[in-house]
Amino acid sequence: MPASIEQLSALIGTVLGERVRRYASLPEELSLEVAAPELLSVAHTLRDDPQLSFEMLMDLAGVDYLDYGRAEWRTTAATVSGFSRGVNRAAAHTLHGQRRFAVVYQLLSVRHNHRLRLRVWCEELEDPVVDSVTGIWAGADWFEREAFDLFGILFRGHPDLRRILTDYGFIGHPFRKDFPLIGNVEVRYDPQLKRVVYEPVSIEPRTLVPRVIRHDNRYNPALQDLSPDARADVTAAAAGVPGAAASAGSAAAGAAAPPAATAKVAATAKGAAGG
Amino acid sequence: MAEIRNLTLNFGPQHPAAHGVLRLVLEMDGEVIQKADPHIGLLHRGTEKLAESKPFNQSIGYMDRLDYVSMMCNEHAYVMAIERLLGITPPPRARYIRVLFDEITRILNHLMWLGAHGLDIGAMTVFLFCFREREDLMDCYEAVSGTRMHATYYRPGGVYRDLPEVMPKYQPSRWRTQHEVDRLNRARAGSLLDFIDAFTQKFPACIDEYETLLTDNRIWKQRTVNIGVVPPERAMQLGFSGPMLRGSGVAWDLRKKQPYEAYADLDFDIPIGVNGDCYDRYLVRVAEMRQSNRIIRQCVDWLRANPGAVMVDERKVRPPSREQMKEKMESLIHHFKFFTEGYCVPEGETYAAVEAPKGEFGVYLVSDGANKPYRVKCRAPGFAHLSALGEMVQGHMLADVVAVIGTQDIVFGEVDR
Repeated sequence: MPASIEQLSALIGTVLGERVRRYASLPEELSLEVAAPELLSVAHTLRDDPQLSFEMLMDLAGVDYLDYGRAEWRTTAATVSGFSRGVNRAAAHTLHGQRRFAVVYQLLSVRHNHRLRLRVWCEELEDPVVDSVTGIWAGADWFEREAFDLFGILFRGHPDLRRILTDYGFIGHPFRKDFPLIGNVEVRYDPQLKRVVYEPVSIEPRTLVPRVIRHDNRYNPALQDLSPDARADVTAAAAGVPGAAASAGSAAAGAAAPPAATAKVAATAKGAAGG
Repeated sequence: MAEIRNLTLNFGPQHPAAHGVLRLVLEMDGEVIQKADPHIGLLHRGTEKLAESKPFNQSIGYMDRLDYVSMMCNEHAYVMAIERLLGITPPPRARYIRVLFDEITRILNHLMWLGAHGLDIGAMTVFLFCFREREDLMDCYEAVSGTRMHATYYRPGGVYRDLPEVMPKYQPSRWRTQHEVDRLNRARAGSLLDFIDAFTQKFPACIDEYETLLTDNRIWKQRTVNIGVVPPERAMQLGFSGPMLRGSGVAWDLRKKQPYEAYADLDFDIPIGVNGDCYDRYLVRVAEMRQSNRIIRQCVDWLRANPGAVMVDERKVRPPSREQMKEKMESLIHHFKFFTEGYCVPEGETYAAVEAPKGEFGVYLVSDGANKPYRVKCRAPGFAHLSALGEMVQGHMLADVVAVIGTQDIVFGEVDR
């Protein structure tokens, strides 16, 4: 069984010290943030330290945080004509925080059976650059090519940073939030030219379901009808059953309590640990 | 003196042994591969970007279409990620149904793999045998979800509906006589669980049949033993998972090591290989089918003894019943909001992984509190495996490329996404 998340966090604290910072996540997961210049040395330590030995990189994901937390439909205030359903496509993009691109690594230690999420922010807003970890985990090769292809994140020191998923000669980075879902070009076969031609898209973008953010009080720990003692117990229980908590730990809770109550309790535990 | 140059060979994207749309650029010295460069993305549909533009539940169906040979396992990782962020736990019966169908899916996938892999390297009969059994399992999918492949059966909070009490039956037609229909319908007289039970009774004998054809077959061994050897350290370096990792002798299986759903209560073994070659991976997968059969039998027994709810009773993540919807104003509102706006998932991020038939299928989900995911990243096992193809085939003959593609169990739906 994996060691508890708190133990792992403390261990990483002693090994890596100030080089990593823990950020809020679910109680059964450990998420760390590292500054871009420290990435390679931290990754080396995570892999080679015998107490940590994260010998596998399971996943590498680019994330574009443009428009994070922006709803398309206001749900808190109504105008005289009611709630507007219109989605304003011309609205300028908003940046949440100072930085836009992040790379998220999911690490796994087969020896100790624990997982870790490592996030590194790219300081640049336009041409983001991060050090490549292909020298540490060989499996990062294609994952970094994918992040480059889809987000335009450049990986310093990657041996062969080519596009991987998009078409030969594709322009742009399609998973960026400012890249339209319908794309920029469409193709058709031109009988006169006897070849396939590219043209600007002829369709209009549309939103079927607007993006809505509701500040749901079920997830607000301050508004849960639980006594402070009970809340502390729940938090401790959730934090004390690591890794497999989502399956084994909360499975036990689910069997004991009716499902609706389980949902509430688990949400409380998460909210308390996250906040 | 004649100038000797390496030959560059284009393998695919339309090649029967390329398992879909793989384009391989091979640099060859005679028949020996010097360098192999896989070109992928010909089936890229932007599933992750599409998921960002839809409410959470509307993307479950897209997950089936990633690895279209192990459909429900992909759904499983996605709904698990949503459940973690919502903080809900499905009821026990739903967890057992999920395990049941995960294992049915595993057998489905391994049968497809065995048949196609055999066909690729010259064994025709096993393909026909495998598809015979796949048909029965497809019928299980159909009975429970209405479709044979893209089920969309798992939901955050449980599964769409309980197991049916009757199985669909064959009808006589121009192609099927009454006599034949009676034979086919014999196992379909009872409920779905009876049908699955009957399948698990006969399936071990079917595996014996495949093994009779292959395991000691001289040609099969010549084509697979010592081909594509991966040492365990290298397999971990390359991010291998599933049978590719276990074939190299690493005893790692999420169902045992980080058990989810009901796996902690079930009794099964994890087969591992010794040499890390194609033959060992074949043995591992065949042994996994036997273990899956064992798990299915335990699930059938449990599900027979324990009726109950298959979905959490939470109006925000499940629609009300039709009767309620037509009688109660509140239920009508819930129904409308659920199917139009969906539900908001609290802000946060999670990585949920399941042991899919091909390896670790994970979903990294970021939510900013909206009714649509902010970012979905599917970690496809085949993507990591295919990235090591060049290294695995280097120095092998051209014909062995096909054996290595086969042993990796590549499906382009998940590699390209």
